[in-house]
Parts: sequence; structure tokens; C-alpha cells
Amino acid sequence: MTMTRASDAAAEPAATAAPPPDSPPSPMVRTRTRTRSPRTWVRGGGLSTLVFLAPMLFVFGFFSWSPIVQSVIMSLQKTNLLDAPTWVGLDNFANVLADPLLGTAVLNTLYFAALALVFGFPLPIIMAVLMSEVRRGKGFYSALAYLPVVVPPVVAVLLWKVFFDASPTGLFNTILGWVGIPAQPWLQSPATAMPSLVLEATWAAAGGSIIIYLAALLSVPPELYDAAEVDGASIWRKIWHVTLPQLRGILFIMLILQVIGTAQVFLEPFLFTSGGPNNATVTILLLIYRKAFQNSLGGDYGEATALSVMLAIVLALLSWLYFKLTERWSTS
Amino acid sequence: MKSPRTVAIAGLAAVAMVGALAACTAGGGDDSGKTELRVATFPPGADEAAYTAFAEQEKQFEKENPDIDIIGVEYEWEGPTFAVQLAGGSLPDVFTVPFTDSKTLLENGQLMDVTDEIDELGYTDSFNPILLEEVTDSEGRMFGFPRQAYAMGLHYNRTLFEEAGLDPDNPPTTWDEIREAAKTISEKTGKAGFMEMTQNNTGGWQLAAATVARGGSIQEDNGDGTYTSTIANDGTKAALEFLQALRWEDDSLGSNMLLDWGTINQEFAAGNIGMYSSGSDVYTALVRDFSLNPDDYGLTVVPVEDGGGTLGGGDIAVVSPTVDEETKAAAVTWIDWYYMQKLLDEDAAVLDAKTLAESDQAVGTPVLPVLDRETYEESLTWIEPYINVPRDQMTPFIEGVWDQTPMGEPKGKTQEIYALLDTVVQAVLTDRNADIDALLEKADVDAQALLDQ
Repeated sequence: MTMTRASDAAAEPAATAAPPPDSPPSPMVRTRTRTRSPRTWVRGGGLSTLVFLAPMLFVFGFFSWSPIVQSVIMSLQKTNLLDAPTWVGLDNFANVLADPLLGTAVLNTLYFAALALVFGFPLPIIMAVLMSEVRRGKGFYSALAYLPVVVPPVVAVLLWKVFFDASPTGLFNTILGWVGIPAQPWLQSPATAMPSLVLEATWAAAGGSIIIYLAALLSVPPELYDAAEVDGASIWRKIWHVTLPQLRGILFIMLILQVIGTAQVFLEPFLFTSGGPNNATVTILLLIYRKAFQNSLGGDYGEATALSVMLAIVLALLSWLYFKLTERWSTS
Repeated sequence: MKSPRTVAIAGLAAVAMVGALAACTAGGGDDSGKTELRVATFPPGADEAAYTAFAEQEKQFEKENPDIDIIGVEYEWEGPTFAVQLAGGSLPDVFTVPFTDSKTLLENGQLMDVTDEIDELGYTDSFNPILLEEVTDSEGRMFGFPRQAYAMGLHYNRTLFEEAGLDPDNPPTTWDEIREAAKTISEKTGKAGFMEMTQNNTGGWQLAAATVARGGSIQEDNGDGTYTSTIANDGTKAALEFLQALRWEDDSLGSNMLLDWGTINQEFAAGNIGMYSSGSDVYTALVRDFSLNPDDYGLTVVPVEDGGGTLGGGDIAVVSPTVDEETKAAAVTWIDWYYMQKLLDEDAAVLDAKTLAESDQAVGTPVLPVLDRETYEESLTWIEPYINVPRDQMTPFIEGVWDQTPMGEPKGKTQEIYALLDTVVQAVLTDRNADIDALLEKADVDAQALLDQ
């Protein structure tokens, strides 16, 4: 690429050298410098750019964009994937909205998101701030914090299933017993199932967030801390008045990512409880899965894609809101 | 320099990738003139000996039918992925599906019509009519060969029975006795006296079984393609009250209320369960896939009260609806040879049993006859030298099952209604104050809404 640029640069002076230096550039010259003929486009490396781009365009188009378009189409059809699909208009959307389980799923997903926000969101920040204060063995603590991310999610869930054993001899219940807290039902009760899932999800995801916050903390200018120290600020005042305001951008991004991520929670309820007990952990994505696969033997792909499209629209709105907010923030 | 080499490399990469993708979808042809037939073998994870036995049978078949080339494909019935596999062409040409789903599949047009072939082979009148009904549509067309059937059985751990001071040769014969035994096992051994499946539609399946055993039914077939939900019946209520008592009064159900077919088998094989109800043929899977110690195993009938029966089930061998006529003919030949002949013909039965026994596969697991009882019992005498399952530990079932009336599964929206009932069972087992009447009323309304769709 540097070769191409050099040859372009060599050609430029010849073109611009033609008019006298004191006269304004002629329109023709302007056109020649702004638009490029197909030949110059090819000479400029346009063809190889396109050839390099083609595989990616193909992969995205074939595996990502075309399924998206097809699922939107399928949301308006009834199909068993075998016979020709029939168009049913907005029936699938109406059926989804009439499903009594949809309300439960939405509330459960919001509950999961809220719990994750209250407990899962601040934890990595606190951990990262504490770890950044540690003077020795920082790498060791980072590795320790990141370890759960390395464990394959399915393995982690199977492990935690054992930890969540509801009998008094279960791992967590034994630990609780040491401090005099009675045995908890964990996954075995509609009241405690969802908080249990959040507990595992927080453990599993915190490591990744901690690493990001640690990196962001490095970018906080040390002079700010020095100045605060000179002013006699305590550690809490330094965190409140220096660290958090400096991290505000990254905090906001992580927040939005978490909200989008929790709206799509599937793995935990699917593997831990299959949505039970008594539908206490049925989430929107699990409901989509059930509609498409579990109960229907191929009858409800339309409804499943209709619900997916609705979820995608909500998430798109959230993302749009996020862009609007950050835009205003960055200009203020 | 316009870097032609770069362009060439990029172009080559693109062509190679497209080529690789094209190769993924390219079908394999057969140049030898033989008909290739892809047939289901075992679920992923089956032990190697099972494949050795299959390879031997494949050889025997191909010797008799030199025009057909058998290709074994790992297969497990998975409702969730069935339609996708069917549409994607990755299903075998011959596979098996459970009765639970056969009606839905044939109504969806997802199975091949084999009426003429069954007639031609002369099986139409010899099949057990209750089973044949499971593969027949409203116009009398048949879509598969019933190949194996089971009745619901009560599986129990003989070792835990002994540890709890109970007699493993005299297992409980009423629901009250089951409750007593469960309580004793749980108190004496610390293990779950009884366990119940609750997840992934198995909770509904077992509740339907417990209902028919108490003379109830969760659905009425109106005979005109419509069904009436009867979930709020006395049998279902009694079944749930039984579970409620074990869970909240006796505390004899252990601590895990979220189990399905696979996980309950796992717990049983690990010796954590005193008793549970499941299909009578599960022994084969318990030993082959879950490493059960055969000495622990005991099987009896599920108690039947108030004019009830035992919920039957099983599976049918079917042909993919997408195959051509030639492959269909080969498929029927294979089904007849692999699944049917061993039920009818002494030589075939002996050869099958011998091949399986030589690879240490279970021979003689108690089932319900697909044809008639006499043929079934006669076939057992043919293969007697090869029977390797502990049938003496299954005596209470083997002797008792003939006194029970086999009942078919509900046919309308079976899986959806089972899923609804999963939550009812879970509610009773995880909420001390669950109101059974209210739960049943609600499930009944929801089920009827599904049936009316």
C-alpha cells in the first residue's frame, strides 16, 4: 500500500503544477483531483480491496445478513420447513402477544436484568478499583479474577449445579451452616431460583469486566490523584471525585452492553432450570427457544421468529437511545 | 506495481473458500449401482460394543441384499432439532420416533406413508391394534412400523431396599405402600425414597401416566380430530396430592426437583434414588449409557387403581418423507429385516440375540409385545440362551404387567400439554402452599386453548 501511495503522490505534482501558481485552480483540475476514473481506481488498488473484501462480504451476507432477512420473512409465515410456507400476515405477532407466558418471560428477564444491575454491575468496578490499589501481585489477582471467564460456560453451570445442591449437605448450604444460616433451596424454589442464576452469571462475567476497568483505570492521569492527595483527599473522595468521573465513558458503555446482554439471557435458565420451577426463570430467549424447538416439532418457527424480531426491535431502540445519549454527552 | 500477486492470493483465497463451502453441501453419490441407505444406529455416546454388533448386522444384511449399501448414522430422537435436521437433509433415511410425537409428525407431513408396504408384508392384521393406532392418520393411512413398546414400570434400587430393611423381592403394590417405602428409605439411608421427573415435558408425561394409573385421563378424543382437555380430574389431583405428601409431609423426594429422563436415570444409576417411574425398557439405557450396576436393579409394575391402566409408549421405525421410491423400497427392506423379523422369525431372532449378546448388549429387557402376546412369549423361548438381563429381578413386572390394561398417550398437542403440566408438577414440588385445584383449573383452560388452536 505504501508503494501505491508513493506513486500517487508522484503523479500529483505533475497535475497540479500545470496552472500558474497565482491563478485559482480550474474546475477541470478540481474534477480530476476529486473523482477517479475506473482505471485510476484499479491502479489505486481498488480491485485488490474488493477481492479482499469479497470473502468477508460473502461470509457476513451468507451467514449473518441473509438469516436476519429470512427470519423477518419467516415471522410473517407459517412453515414446517418442509412444505412451502404460507403467508399469515401479522398472526404470529398477535399469537405471541396473546401468549400468557410472554408477560412472565418479560418480567423474569427484567428481574434478571435488575438483579444483575444491582449486584453484578458494581462488583467488577469495586474489584477493579481495589485491585488497582494493590501494590504487589497485581498480575496474580488479575489472573485470578479472569479465571472464571476461561472456564467453558456449560462446565461452569454444571459445576454450580452441584454447588447449588439444596440438601443441607450441599456445598453452599454447608458453608452457610458454618455461619448459622439455614439451608437455602437455591434452584429448587421459585423465589430463590432467579437470584441463584444471577449469582452464577455475575461470577462468570465479572472477570472480563474487571480487566476492562483495570485497563481504563490506567488511563486516569496520575496528576489528578497527586493533586487530590495534596488537597488532603481521603481514598473514598479520590475514588468518588477522580476515578469514577474519569471512568464515566467506559461505565456507560459497559452499562448499555450489560443491559443488552441481560435482555438476551439464555444459557443460565436453559441449563440450570429449563425455565422452572413453575416458570420462575423463563426468559424471553428461552421462550423463543421453546416456541421454535421444544414443544412444537416444527410448528411454531413463525412465532419464534416473530418474538425474535420484536426483541431485536426493542434492543435496536435501546442501542439508538444509547447512541443519542452518548452523542449529547460527548458534546456537552 | 499494482501488486498482481496480492490480487492473485486474495482471489485464490476467495475461490478456495467458496470451493470449501460448496464441498460441504455436496452430496455423496454411489457409482457402484447400489442403493445407499442411511440408517439410524445409536445415540451419540453409546459404547463401542454396540457398534461392533451393528457392524456385524450390517454385514449380514448386505450379504442377503447385495443391492443395498447400509450406512450407519448416529441418531437420537430429539424433538427440538428434528424439523431442522429434516429440512437440512441430515436425518437418516430410516430412523425411529416415539409414539408421543408420531401423531404430530404424521399430521405435519413429516413422515413417509408406508401403508402399501405394511399391507404387502402382511403386518397390518398382526400388529397390536392399540400400537397401530399410534401410526395411523384420520384417513387410515399408516406412517411407520411399531417396533418396540413399553408399559410404565416402577424401577427400584434393590440395594437401597435392603439397606432400609425392606424386602426387594416384595416391592410395593399400592401407592400407599410406595409412600411408606419411600419414607423408610429416605429415613434409613438418607437417599431420596422416590423421585419424579419434572422437566422438559417429562413432568407432564409422568403426570399423565400417574393419572391413568388412578383411573383418570387428561384428555378426551372426540373422534373427529378434536380433543377436550380433562386435566382437572380426580386421578390427576390424587397423583399430585401423592407427590405433595411425599415432598412436604414425608420429605422423601430428596432435594432435586428439576429432573428429566436423562438426569433421573443418572441419579438412579448412581444409587441416589430408591424408586422412580419410567418406561419398562429403560434398563437397556441404564446399563449401556449410565453404567448402572445390574445387581442394584429391580422392576415392578406401577400400581393401578380405580379401573386405571398403565400408560404405554414405545417407538416406531419410520422413513424420511424426502427419499425417492428406490430408497424407500430399500428402507422398508431394512426395517423389515432389522426391526421386524426378529419379532416373528426364529432364525432372525436367534441371530439378533446372539449378535447382541456377543457384544454384551442387553438381551431380554421386558417390553410390551408389538404383535401379540403369544408370539412375543414364544420369541423369548427362542432366544433364552442369550438372555443376559437379570429377569429374575424383574419378575414382579414380568408377571404383573399382563393384568394391566395398556393405555395410549394423549394425542392432541401432546408435547405442548406435557410442557404445561411440567409447571404444575414443579409448582407442587417447590411451593409448600401450592393450591392443586387452582393449578389444575388453570392448566385445563390453557390446555383447551392449545387444543382449540
